[in-house]
Amino acid sequence: MMSTVKRQLAFARVDSFSTQNIVRGVQSVFKGMLLPSLGIVAFLILWSFAASSINTSLGKFPGPQAVFEQVQNLYREHRVEREKEAAFYQRQEARNEKRLAEDPRYQPKIRAYTGKETFWDQIVTSLLTVMSGFLLAVLLAIPLGIAIGLSKKLNTAINPIIQIFKPVSPLAWLPLVTIVVSAVYVTPDPMFAKSFINSLVTVTLCCIWPMVINTSVGVASLNKDWVNVSKVLRLPALQHVKKIVLPASIPAIFTGMRMSLGIAWMVLIAAEMLAQNPGLGKFVWDEFQNGSSQSLSRIMTAVLVIGLIGFILDRSMLQLQRLLSWDKTVELR
Amino acid sequence: MLNRRLGRFVERVTLLTGLCLVTVGALAEKLGYPEKEELRLGFIKLTDMAPIAIAYEKGFFEDEGLYVTVEAQANWKVLLDGVIDGRLDGAHMLAGQPIAATIGYGTKAKIITPFSMDLNGNGITVSNDIWAQMKPNLPKMDNGLPVHPIKAEALKPVVDKFIESGKPFNMGMVFPVSTHNYELRYWLAAGGIHPGFYAPHKGDTSGQINADVLLSVTPPPQMPATLEAGTIHGYCVGEPWNQQAVFKNIGVPVVTDYEIWKNNPEKVFGITEAFAKKYPNTTVRLTRALIRAAKWLDDNNNANRPEAVKILAQTNYVGADYKVIANSMTGTFEYEKGDKRSVPDFNVFFRYHATYPYYSDAIWYLTQMRRWGQISEDKPDSWYKDIARKVYRPDLYRKAAESLIAEKVMNASDFPDFNNETGFRPEQTHFIDNIVYDGRTPNDYLNKFSIGLKQGETI
Repeated sequence: MMSTVKRQLAFARVDSFSTQNIVRGVQSVFKGMLLPSLGIVAFLILWSFAASSINTSLGKFPGPQAVFEQVQNLYREHRVEREKEAAFYQRQEARNEKRLAEDPRYQPKIRAYTGKETFWDQIVTSLLTVMSGFLLAVLLAIPLGIAIGLSKKLNTAINPIIQIFKPVSPLAWLPLVTIVVSAVYVTPDPMFAKSFINSLVTVTLCCIWPMVINTSVGVASLNKDWVNVSKVLRLPALQHVKKIVLPASIPAIFTGMRMSLGIAWMVLIAAEMLAQNPGLGKFVWDEFQNGSSQSLSRIMTAVLVIGLIGFILDRSMLQLQRLLSWDKTVELR
Repeated sequence: MLNRRLGRFVERVTLLTGLCLVTVGALAEKLGYPEKEELRLGFIKLTDMAPIAIAYEKGFFEDEGLYVTVEAQANWKVLLDGVIDGRLDGAHMLAGQPIAATIGYGTKAKIITPFSMDLNGNGITVSNDIWAQMKPNLPKMDNGLPVHPIKAEALKPVVDKFIESGKPFNMGMVFPVSTHNYELRYWLAAGGIHPGFYAPHKGDTSGQINADVLLSVTPPPQMPATLEAGTIHGYCVGEPWNQQAVFKNIGVPVVTDYEIWKNNPEKVFGITEAFAKKYPNTTVRLTRALIRAAKWLDDNNNANRPEAVKILAQTNYVGADYKVIANSMTGTFEYEKGDKRSVPDFNVFFRYHATYPYYSDAIWYLTQMRRWGQISEDKPDSWYKDIARKVYRPDLYRKAAESLIAEKVMNASDFPDFNNETGFRPEQTHFIDNIVYDGRTPNDYLNKFSIGLKQGETI
């Protein structure tokens, strides 16, 4: 028994050094690294060419060089702002102490920095918003999707509503959301800014539908054998959902989640532009309004960063999906 | 004996009470700490928001114990709604906005202004194509450059041609109750071009009744882009958006508002009446910081302007290129490319008592609202004065100014003589059509115009 295993291992080792495998390895490296790099280089060249031949009223369209400079620029601005922030807190402490000396009953308070948000801050804001909106949607959509998937009657009742709301651009909701939030969300010392709630609700509204639909389809197309197993074992309803339904429909649920997150990221940027809510969208819009000679390259930088973040979000969901999915035979891409 | 004692006693009591009163008075005059320290102020990307940016960057707000966040707004409507619903504590506003809100044209709300932000600072720009058609109609100087001010009479033949061929002649302004709307209308009407009436009582707030030129709203920073797209043929807007058109080579500024009405009042700082009542110290302290900023902007004959331009060019304020903003802020104005002329008073922030909220300024805006039908009915002169008193609050300004004088931060000579100030500027004569304005007699003033509603007329 042991010897067979050893022999097999040895064979495998020899096999991995075989010329055939080296060729295959090189091929996969070629496919995995070289082709994308070639694509990127070709794109950069095309981009620089196209950029240098487009003349706008704000100067030449920014090429890769201009964007690279702008990245450094934005980083520098971020550093400067952080220094200003430190000075702000120092001044504030001195002022508080002075007032405390004059007015001993005063209760000193440290107020948050009032300066501008840097590009980095805007990225963080947008990411936070999209993740919170997305999580809220997950909390709402998955139970709803499971319920609809399990009950044909419920599905027939709710389906028309979902079908009507699904194609609505969440941006159409935005004015309503804004008005309702400012009417309903009134607290003297709010924990979240209204603008944050607005963006969050808009993101949730657009995330919900694909998730509900995918979840319900996944649940409805459950393997009959498994349902029967559950019946034989007389699993209580909650156990049935936990042991059979959820694991079985994970691939479908995750497909829905990935779709929603992609849409959410796109919608969030547009919503931020439209409603002037803090985030990358506002950054783009502000730069457009500024109309300075730097504006176009800053917008281009933001465009690339938005794309990159969207890509990373999608890949992370994919990894999560791979990790949780039981059916390893399905190729995910 | 007793009488004399009693007399002395009374004397002493009176003296004591008097002393007490004096000390109480002195204490009351010392300005208290701000009730609300964290504030959010809104602005539109225009150079005349400078007092707010300077008060922030030079630490004048912090000197008052105020922690202010300054935030650009998408357009004037969003800004006004922000102040009304409390998202913003105060904002850089069009002078017409607090007035219109008070009389209920648009959203009704009690907005007041303790501080007038600047004089002048606007221009009217037309597209290159329109400029080429206007140019033959202009009288020239010896050096071949057109004589200024350019009047709308030169534009009239162009507009007539558009009307004959059935095409609309569109122009942009920034808001229905904006200075720009009234200035553009004033300039057009002075050249015999009808800018159209409003008829809010009939539900028509387009302002295009009987119009030769169709005016519509575009947010200031989008003006150049809209002109470039050909949606409008010209616009009236504040800086730097006229100079931007020159730099982008898409249009030519033809006239500045300084030439339409010398030293006309421009933006104001608006807050709600409720805010001023709830936070009196904060209100006075805000006003103090803004007064100091305005003075800094004009100090030593505009010596600080280059530094101010550098601040305004930051992306979170106006954000346009330094040289574009500098063009007008440092005392020159470029009309047609290369035709740069000196206009030292193009932006006035403090000189000529620019920051004092004059009632007569408010009344001028009311007369123009009446002239173009935004106020659809006749109003007596007393009504104009009552509204002006409700909106413009020189009493708050005076408190701020007097405390600055008491602390020797500023001199009494920097301000109007508060004891004798009536709030009405003397007769103003420097209009492009030479019509004289006296804020005390608004109805007489309205009767002087050939285009526009007169006393007794309605649409």
